[in-house]
Amino acid sequence: MDNDQAHFDEMLGATGARPPYAGYDAWFSAQDRTRLAKKAAEAEAFFRRTGITFNVYGQSDAEERLIPFDLVPRVVSSSEWARLSRGIEQRVRAINAFLYDIYNRQEILKAGIVPIDLIAKNAAFLPQMMDFNPPGGVYTHIVGTDIVRTGENDFYVLEDNARTPSGVSYMLENRETMLQMFPELFSKIKVKPVSDYPKSLRRSLEASAPSSCEGRPCVAVLTPGIHNSAYFEHSFLADQMGVELVEGHDLRVVDGHIAMRTTRGYRQIDVLYRRVDDDFLDPMTFNPSSMLGVPGIMDVYRAGNITIANAPGTGVADDKAIYSYMPEIVEFYTGERAILKNVETHRCSEPDALKYVLENLADLVVKEVHGSGGYGMLVGPAASKKEIAAFAAKLKSNPGNYIAQPTLSLSTVPIFTKKGLAPRHVDLRPFALVSPSGVNITPGGLTRVALKAGSLVVNSSQGGGTKDTWILED
Amino acid sequence: MLGKTAGGLYWMFRFLERAENTARLIEAGFRIALTRSNDAESEWKSVIITSAAQQAFEARHDKYSSGNVVNFLLRDPENPSSVLSVTKSARDNARLVRTALTTEVWAAVNETWMLLTETLKRPIPETELPAVLATIRQQSALVRGALVGTMLRNDIFDFCRLGTFVERIDSTARIIDVKYYALLPSPSFVGSRMDNVQWETILRSVSAHRSFRWAVEDDFTAPAIADFLILDDRMPRSLSHCAAQLVNNLGHLAKDYGEAMPSHVLADRMNARLKDRDIGSIFDEGLHEFVGSILRENAAIGMQIETDYRFNH
Repeated sequence: MDNDQAHFDEMLGATGARPPYAGYDAWFSAQDRTRLAKKAAEAEAFFRRTGITFNVYGQSDAEERLIPFDLVPRVVSSSEWARLSRGIEQRVRAINAFLYDIYNRQEILKAGIVPIDLIAKNAAFLPQMMDFNPPGGVYTHIVGTDIVRTGENDFYVLEDNARTPSGVSYMLENRETMLQMFPELFSKIKVKPVSDYPKSLRRSLEASAPSSCEGRPCVAVLTPGIHNSAYFEHSFLADQMGVELVEGHDLRVVDGHIAMRTTRGYRQIDVLYRRVDDDFLDPMTFNPSSMLGVPGIMDVYRAGNITIANAPGTGVADDKAIYSYMPEIVEFYTGERAILKNVETHRCSEPDALKYVLENLADLVVKEVHGSGGYGMLVGPAASKKEIAAFAAKLKSNPGNYIAQPTLSLSTVPIFTKKGLAPRHVDLRPFALVSPSGVNITPGGLTRVALKAGSLVVNSSQGGGTKDTWILED
Repeated sequence: MLGKTAGGLYWMFRFLERAENTARLIEAGFRIALTRSNDAESEWKSVIITSAAQQAFEARHDKYSSGNVVNFLLRDPENPSSVLSVTKSARDNARLVRTALTTEVWAAVNETWMLLTETLKRPIPETELPAVLATIRQQSALVRGALVGTMLRNDIFDFCRLGTFVERIDSTARIIDVKYYALLPSPSFVGSRMDNVQWETILRSVSAHRSFRWAVEDDFTAPAIADFLILDDRMPRSLSHCAAQLVNNLGHLAKDYGEAMPSHVLADRMNARLKDRDIGSIFDEGLHEFVGSILRENAAIGMQIETDYRFNH
């Protein structure tokens, strides 16, 4: 282990393993390292053979890569989880209420809590969604809340991924892999199962079907196609739910409904879990050159004849500038204080904040307001002087495009290396399902881990890996 | 099932079958090149013609040498029918239809693609060619085994099989088409060195030079070989056997979907032309003309299946 004591390590405290890790620690210390290394290699071969890969944008030769999997689980106690899931549920409900409000009466803008510019000038805001109530009143059917930890009791929400969060297939496959590699662990330590997720997802989507739908709703997953970075996940989820995986060219409008072309003619779809961005959803309404969407789907949607999950226009809620108002948003709609903390956020659109950010770039993390996947961000402490200067120029030319946050001292969890355990920074993305019948949060999530010592960037596109996430039974 | 999925399954198995058939053709050509080097160049040329790749080949190479042909057919990414290209196409289609495949079938195809991509990265020296060709055959047996052993016998299975047999008819018919002159019953050729070479190549291209001896009591005569390749139902690569399989799988679909489609009529017609025939009447009709018409009918059946089951529109 390195001797960097500045970070909170979730497994090893000053006096040995923290309580949630006691069982695992005892098991681990009795293991033979060589055997574990062999298991790790087996896991990699398994992932490759079964094609659990993702595609990296801008890399033509190595089209498909594996997300490295680390065999040391990330363990969360049931009381820690209880608080986290309460906090996530509160936040998810607030986000749905916020979206309904933004696309209807806009009370929160009238009350002056969120500045109107943040909505009016927001590229993710869709005027087509105004005065329209999506089926069941749900906007974000699937949310993946990014959470980081800095201490025993300090959890922060880093991002609310309310558009099309990905990664849930890794949550499921990582657990499957652990079960196969170390079945004995699961008989010793009681871990809450995650395997119900696909069933819950299907139920949740069916419960969100248009009210006019008769019989069991027909659900389908819409993918941009095999070249999309998350194609594996799209096909995995369709397969696990037992529903069709469709592309835009499989669909068309038939008698006022969306229908898919089957070997026996067109069949109506009631709920479309789309993994295609808003821009590409309907060439007749949005990007006219899109080949990924379905011409006319927005008309069908507005006529109430299909559920689109997540609803178009939800991106307005996971914008990083809106994020900075989340504590106020939670309080406005739920009447309660936010259970989960927000990271202090400087909005560079504000002159004082911009001045502060420019003066402290070396200590801050600066992100694009609409960015994701770790692209286009600056991690001050890890950047060279030259990179900082170049970023400062970008920032000055378009301050409204950026927010800045202090560099958090993210918690670490050990990974398994040739030399034994070594601490690496982690984050956590649990997945929440929202339907008219309620919020369902699978006990677990995707733990992403920065594989380079000291690195804070956990994104898979930037060389991060994943771990199985264990929520312990009481 | 989505029309696109049916198309993906069908094409996945056409490409897999093509990879296997190409490997067999190379094997036959290689054998000739080793044992009768004087005939090698013309043999390699007919291999290329059988693969319907003469134009593409000649645009890239001047000489029908072993090295050029093997490289072109095995690993040239510019050749859409090279083993490397069709394996990638098969795997792309498998990815497209992944939800319709069992884990075993998917993993077998994915593994095949990984293995062959790695194996075919560098030119194959002659000493390693037999092992590489064996790998290709083994991998396709692995996929076929996974298909037969793990998939439900439903419409998914039928579309896979349709792809296999449409491709196989095409392949066997091409082999006969290119070599038809060697199969003509002309007394002047019997026993000459030329037809022996040709007959051996023909049988080797369909991996049947041993089974022919077992199945056919007749000696190696042109009509006996033609009969074996065209009309013998026991031979899994004969036109007759494959046509019967097409009719069989289309029959399952008709039952499943409660409706017979135009492609069924076409397949029935082709099948009827191959049943209750003797090889003499085919020679009377003209072997070249007969095989040419089977090639055309088979292509029409393939296209009609695509239309009937809405692969694309």
